[in-house]
Amino acid sequence: MIGPSSSHTAGAARIGRVARSLFGREPKWASVSFYGSFAKTYKGHGTDVALVGGLLDFDTFDERIIDSIAMAKKAGMKIKFIEEEAITDHPNTARVLIGDDKGELELVGISIGGGKIEIIELNGFQLKLSGHHPAILVVHNDRHGAIAAVSNILADEEINIGHMEVSRKEKGKMALMTIEVDHNIDEHILKKIEQLPNVLQVTKIVD
Amino acid sequence: MFRNVAELVELATSKNKKISELMIEQEIEVTGRTREEIITMMDRNLAVMEQAVERGLKGVKSHSGLTGGDAVLLQNYIHKGNFLSGKTILDAVSKAVATNEVNAAMGTICATPTAGSAGVVPGTLFAVKRKLNPTREQMILFLFTAGAFGFVVANNASISGAAGGCQAEVGSAAGMAAAAIVEMAGGTPEQCAEAMAITLKNMLGLVCDPVAGLVEVPCVKRNAMGAANAMVAADMALAGITSRIPCDEVIDAMYKIGQSMPSALRETAQGGLAATPTGRELEAKIFGIPLDKRE
Repeated sequence: MIGPSSSHTAGAARIGRVARSLFGREPKWASVSFYGSFAKTYKGHGTDVALVGGLLDFDTFDERIIDSIAMAKKAGMKIKFIEEEAITDHPNTARVLIGDDKGELELVGISIGGGKIEIIELNGFQLKLSGHHPAILVVHNDRHGAIAAVSNILADEEINIGHMEVSRKEKGKMALMTIEVDHNIDEHILKKIEQLPNVLQVTKIVD
Repeated sequence: MFRNVAELVELATSKNKKISELMIEQEIEVTGRTREEIITMMDRNLAVMEQAVERGLKGVKSHSGLTGGDAVLLQNYIHKGNFLSGKTILDAVSKAVATNEVNAAMGTICATPTAGSAGVVPGTLFAVKRKLNPTREQMILFLFTAGAFGFVVANNASISGAAGGCQAEVGSAAGMAAAAIVEMAGGTPEQCAEAMAITLKNMLGLVCDPVAGLVEVPCVKRNAMGAANAMVAADMALAGITSRIPCDEVIDAMYKIGQSMPSALRETAQGGLAATPTGRELEAKIFGIPLDKRE
């Protein structure tokens, strides 16, 4: 990874990259709120730079991270950083709001040390991703059979589910499946899940 | 699977296996990857560490200008031969500093267990290498042993400075390094655990107070002392000295101390060295206005 801090640099880059991959494209604007230690030290740790690097889809060892803010500006991305005073449960918390003219996405991530992250909120859905295992997030329509269809594909591919949660804001509308698995998930499995009738979006979280 | 140091030592002793081997077996089980894949990945980490040390020993300077060049000063001093402590220990210190200076310059490093504490494990490894002449494979095993102890700390306590202070970062790194040195030097699994306990005991309470919120002052020198601490503790454990408080309880004490540390001393640049007159002055110089006065 690129220094100087695994939690404030690599972790922040990962939070940014998860937001980017869930959004599915490069955002036109980003508003990032930092809490706790992130808020107090983000300049010195390069947390802002790293998070934007993640939004540009850079991995933690990508040396382009260092110039990410300039690169994002050049690409026309508007970026705002907000230092929050509120006390959060975890000292390294970032709320990332990104979007373009077609849509927006809001995500809250915490960086727990050594570059490991957890995503605790996505578009208002509460979730609990430990970050210790590979995971997939499936945005789906809240209909019967949607969950079974996804778990059937995983069963066919001999992938065991270690932890799973389903969360929705309103009955019958959009819902989110968070599935932690024991093994890394191949691209072809993600494609299969994506093609299911009630599935809107599939994203892989940890390698 | 092992959840704590006691289980790790018990497993190693009853199966007559090295701790590094147990860590590899656990990785195979957890990730589903083959042994070859796992070894190759660790070999890549080792290469990153080697390159970082090499780069640091040529001399780097951070963006802020606060750190850089100390690894070179120390190497030159060692070459003159008039040092007081010992060659291996100073070599470890210099290589730990080299790695962390590269980190401060936003160079590529391998987090062991974190970036801010990335100097200790490679620093000691490459210094001990000169003394013990390990094969490449043995050097990779060193990293797995360190990883086994880091795994236990990360799962039972924390390795984050913002959550647990510097004791959780450089403290954990030094403990991991001490255990790995002991295994490479032919010590028993118990001695690995004793070395980790002795090291971590002497890092308890260490706060995270980075000047200007940069990972430079005092981080680079804390890596230096983390490496020295690990070397001495490894020698003590190999001499047969044991810790009265078992390793798992030391880890737990570290976790609880971290929880009771005020947030000013947990990576917020609000207290400790960051809040000294010079610390504030450096901060003002680097950022124009101190962090807490900014909008």
